[in-house]
Amino acid sequence: MSSLNLSDNTRPSIGRGFRLQWEPAQNAHVLLYPEGMVKLNMAAGEILKRCTGELTLGEIVIDLERAFARTGLQDDVTGFLGIAHEKGWVDWEEGDGGDVSDGRWES
Amino acid sequence: MSTVLPSSPPSLTSPHSLGPPLWLLFELTYKCPLQCVFCYNPVDFARHSQELPTAQWLRVLREARELGSVQLGLSGGEPLLRDDLEEITAEAHRLGFYTNLITSGVGLTESRLRALQAAGLDHIQISFQDSTREMNDFLSHTRTFELKQRVAGWIKALGYPMVLNCVVHRLNIDHLDSIIDMAVRMGADYLEIANAQYYSWAHVNRDQLLPSRAQLEAAERTMNEWRARLGKRMRILFVVPDYYEERPKRCMNGWGSTFMTVTPDGTALPCHTARMLPGLSFPNVTHNSMREIWFDSEGFNRFRGTGWMKEPCASCEERERDLGGCRCQAYLLAQDPAAADPVCAKSPQHHVVTDAVANAQRPVVSEKPLIFRRREESLALSDEVIR
Repeated sequence: MSSLNLSDNTRPSIGRGFRLQWEPAQNAHVLLYPEGMVKLNMAAGEILKRCTGELTLGEIVIDLERAFARTGLQDDVTGFLGIAHEKGWVDWEEGDGGDVSDGRWES
Repeated sequence: MSTVLPSSPPSLTSPHSLGPPLWLLFELTYKCPLQCVFCYNPVDFARHSQELPTAQWLRVLREARELGSVQLGLSGGEPLLRDDLEEITAEAHRLGFYTNLITSGVGLTESRLRALQAAGLDHIQISFQDSTREMNDFLSHTRTFELKQRVAGWIKALGYPMVLNCVVHRLNIDHLDSIIDMAVRMGADYLEIANAQYYSWAHVNRDQLLPSRAQLEAAERTMNEWRARLGKRMRILFVVPDYYEERPKRCMNGWGSTFMTVTPDGTALPCHTARMLPGLSFPNVTHNSMREIWFDSEGFNRFRGTGWMKEPCASCEERERDLGGCRCQAYLLAQDPAAADPVCAKSPQHHVVTDAVANAQRPVVSEKPLIFRRREESLALSDEVIR
């Protein structure tokens, strides 16, 4: 369950039971989960929308750096994905998987 | 890093400016195979037997989604009794709702569950409803346990987490250890132990259902032992009855701030039970658009914010935090929907709560029979109210 399993070749995807979508009414990406919602800021939304299970972490970083004409985003992205993984928002193969939906009863 | 973190906590909150009804609950029908003594459906449900046709539910979904609603609860009564449940789920999913089915599981079949999943159902919560017979069956391994276990198997096989909700009260809370043990053996991922809250049928039966403080404390000890033992294998949430809380709670995150219920006949309410409040008319989705209902109706605007408050709420420093507590509780216990929630120690009617709690400490609190949520009882009780 440790985010230490995150490498450049990891392909993160949105966690089971969570759904990412753009909400025009909130002008933000949100993560929906049973009976709850997380409103994401721009950066979190941009990272998570690339977590499709197809792109590797390395590719996600390159894509973000290209999209925002920035460099050196690797640490920010890795750090965020570590936190997101703990909350069950994202998952990936190498972890022990299975344990998601952390957020359901957070308040 | 802080720029990357989400800007709001992971819960449905809304700022001061009025946001959309993020949480929409459809009570599709008041019909139910169970007769729970703590049901929150209105006591006079038998006098509201009309149900919206499918096309109306679908229109309400579209209008709510345009306003920005994101969560949909499908409940009742027993929502499985509506044969358009799949159609409603499919349209909700297509529109971008996160769909939650809240069911007793009675009447659920594997093929129906597969159809609901194909329609895009996101989440299922199975609840224990009947307070005595079903719980007894459950605890003694008979039909109910087998039914729930079978349903749990299908749910897990389809990749959903198994979420079990169990209402506890004076008559079953002492069995909490067995209840948790059963939930573990059933393979539940989450167990919500919700103390009955005293509205509607639970209010009618309050004397028989309110647990003693010793019962509650024992239950919390039991739950903590299990939590320590289970870790992440099964999460347990414990909801304390309002009467034992120190401070009043916001009504549904704030009246008309986040939540809307649509009842079987199309009446739109700011909470499950608001229909009981006198002197307040609530709009109906057959006559009004969701936009008019949410932003312009008297029923939704009456208790928004703090402007409606009387003393002691009006000058209370906590008024923005608890928004005066629950309007239905104020009406039920202080006979005034605009009064402070009597759970609050500052309420002049606080003694009503402390008296009920004191009464609950006695070994035998009531010889009265429990009143089950049945059509005949509903008609009889609402007849009394009308008189």
